[in-house]
Amino acid sequence: MSKLNLDQNQINTARKAAKNIADQVQGFIDEHTTVATERTILRLLGIDGVDEIHKPLPNVIVDNIIEGNGLSKGSAYWLGNAMINTGLSPQEIGEKIAQGQMDITKLPLQEEEEIKNKILNIGKTTVEKIKENKNKRQELIDRLGEGSTPYLYVIVATGNIYEDIIQAQAAARQGADIIAVIRTTGQSLLDYVPYGPTKEGFGGTYATQANFKLMRRALDEVGEEVGRYIRLTNYCSGLCMPEIAAMGALERLDIMLNDALYGILFRDINMQRTMIDQYFSRIINGYAGIIINTGEDNYLTTDDAVESAHTVLASQFINEQFALKAGIPEEQMGLGHAFEMDPELENGFLLELAQAQMAREIFPKAPLKYMPPTKFMTGNIFKGHVQNTLFNMSAIMTNQSIQLLGMLTEAIHTPHLHDRYLSIENAQYIFNNAKDLGNEIEFKQDGIIQSRAKEVLKDATELLIQIENQGLFETIEAGKFGGVKRAQSGGKGLEGVVKKEKEYFNPFILLFLGGDK
Amino acid sequence: MAIQNIDFTKIKPYGDTLNDGMVQLGFTLPIPSGDEGIEAAKQLALKMGFEEPNVVYSKDLGIGYTYFILYGKTWHTVDYTKIHVPKVEMDIMTKEEVEEFIEENIKRDIVVLGACTGTDAHTVGIDAIMNMKGFAGHFGLERYKGIEAYNLGSQIPNEELVAKAIELKADAILVSQVVTQKDVHVPNLTELVELLEGENIRDKIVLVCGGPRLSHELAKELGYDAGFGSGTYAYDVASFIVTEMVKKSIY
Repeated sequence: MSKLNLDQNQINTARKAAKNIADQVQGFIDEHTTVATERTILRLLGIDGVDEIHKPLPNVIVDNIIEGNGLSKGSAYWLGNAMINTGLSPQEIGEKIAQGQMDITKLPLQEEEEIKNKILNIGKTTVEKIKENKNKRQELIDRLGEGSTPYLYVIVATGNIYEDIIQAQAAARQGADIIAVIRTTGQSLLDYVPYGPTKEGFGGTYATQANFKLMRRALDEVGEEVGRYIRLTNYCSGLCMPEIAAMGALERLDIMLNDALYGILFRDINMQRTMIDQYFSRIINGYAGIIINTGEDNYLTTDDAVESAHTVLASQFINEQFALKAGIPEEQMGLGHAFEMDPELENGFLLELAQAQMAREIFPKAPLKYMPPTKFMTGNIFKGHVQNTLFNMSAIMTNQSIQLLGMLTEAIHTPHLHDRYLSIENAQYIFNNAKDLGNEIEFKQDGIIQSRAKEVLKDATELLIQIENQGLFETIEAGKFGGVKRAQSGGKGLEGVVKKEKEYFNPFILLFLGGDK
Repeated sequence: MAIQNIDFTKIKPYGDTLNDGMVQLGFTLPIPSGDEGIEAAKQLALKMGFEEPNVVYSKDLGIGYTYFILYGKTWHTVDYTKIHVPKVEMDIMTKEEVEEFIEENIKRDIVVLGACTGTDAHTVGIDAIMNMKGFAGHFGLERYKGIEAYNLGSQIPNEELVAKAIELKADAILVSQVVTQKDVHVPNLTELVELLEGENIRDKIVLVCGGPRLSHELAKELGYDAGFGSGTYAYDVASFIVTEMVKKSIY
């Protein structure tokens, strides 16, 4: 039942415009692939490990294919061809290339149909494994249970995976439902995924498959102890977006930050590159039952929460359409928004309630990701704790899903052990003490809250129609999101984009989506 | 003004009575909660210079570590009359005054580059100083008449920043460093100075760094002209840049 009395026709108009926007970009996506997408296919075909200078084998192989000018046929094509020629496994082929004993594009070309079958057979084993992970998650949730929504989401960010584990287990015992391991600053710009367990990071810990595995095991362990399934989050963004998705699917992560727009605007990743990468990463996340989190909340850290609220909503509509294209069900769309009203603003909390409730009503099934105040956190930890309390209040009143807990020491340091405890205690207090408040209240007809939501929806719809006419890339170039301008050919990673040839195939798009792309 | 007779050579924290020395403390010890834990927290507070330490709250954090909240009276004092803190010395001008200053004294547009360098991806600070919109009602440098402001954004390698400075003939460079965990900012800030010196342009540029955990003292030590911390607005930085340009005859 709507508390905001939103115009359903307007919502439909906005959604339709967003669909057209996504359709326009999808045409471009379907014609191209990237180095990261090809490395991901290799990972999913079982290639792992590094060469003697610690370069990951998927990079070694893709570089070898590029040297032979063959990337537009795709890594699956060349790997399948090599397998038929040599009878070796994918991993053995990777090792041979690393040792300089094979040039993958120089082998005799085999029948395309045969290559495809060979690859699809191996791919099926991986797909089976990912499906088992998905089932295992459901089994654990059924047996152990899970926290009630809004889930309490906290981050660990020590730089050392073993220290992260101590902090993560402590957080779970204190009541956290979701643990995110923040990545080391700068990882999004690496065009490879580091290998093995790591102890050195700045402001976070490297996302590596070994680190994923260690943390997964630790959270399963503590989940048994506390009698709740503890979800694990990482960051499927930056230049290795789909590779991280593959690693997460293989190691049973539960939530992935996964938003090309975020990378374009805030990490200056090239838009063509990351839109292509996002498509494949979302296909993997969708199949693996992983909830994606989008990054609209970040717009409000650089733009104003009142003036630019409509850009958040418009972007959520667009992200929803891109997610649908990649086979992600609504229940896995953790669209982002944030509590970033200026504390000095009169009735700022009412405007915030309007926007949070609006997101809830427009995306009723989505596990919305609600981000805490950051921009107006000052170092006054006591006021900060109160700001976080209001944020929790807004969440419980508007039935949010994934509550990224604010830390009273935001803007000072990455959370200390007791900062996290204080945040969890705060959220538990509010969520329990005001549990059904949202179900008990209605908003005044045409009052401040209803009017605000209507205004934001109207502005978002207008913006979407404008983008539909102008094109998404052109809109980003004009600086409409987050007030940040990015050029189509600017940013990092464009050199990793190639146009597909007719022999190109990605076995996992076939296997995960069941369609031909 | 308080009318109490304060001895500025021996100042102490104030709780509710002059010189009571009251301090609130919060910390975690890697020990289980209980009487022994509380005693450990008290003993630690004593060693830190607190009399009558009082543990008002303690809580097990789930892994056999305990969080404590304490009050104690410090017996230490500080001589306030001997304090000297190096600060950016300048007259602060408003946006309009800066614009006028440029027109009268520099007589051409000045070029200011800003960036979060190295691996730092936190642009909140540099955005607040540079972007049109500014922060808390104070417009950023992009909106200043007479200033061509270029905000290069996040994670800019020092080499790229220097190349851009040469290309655009920058008069000033603003470097923002938010992530200071494990002192990662120090080698990064130092490298920029070395690169500018290597290109022989250090003297031709006003070099400023800023961030919530940067001090003017550290900035000077690393070879910068100034360092700005929290609570800095665009007009502070602009005032410094234009004054320094005239002082160093960069125009």
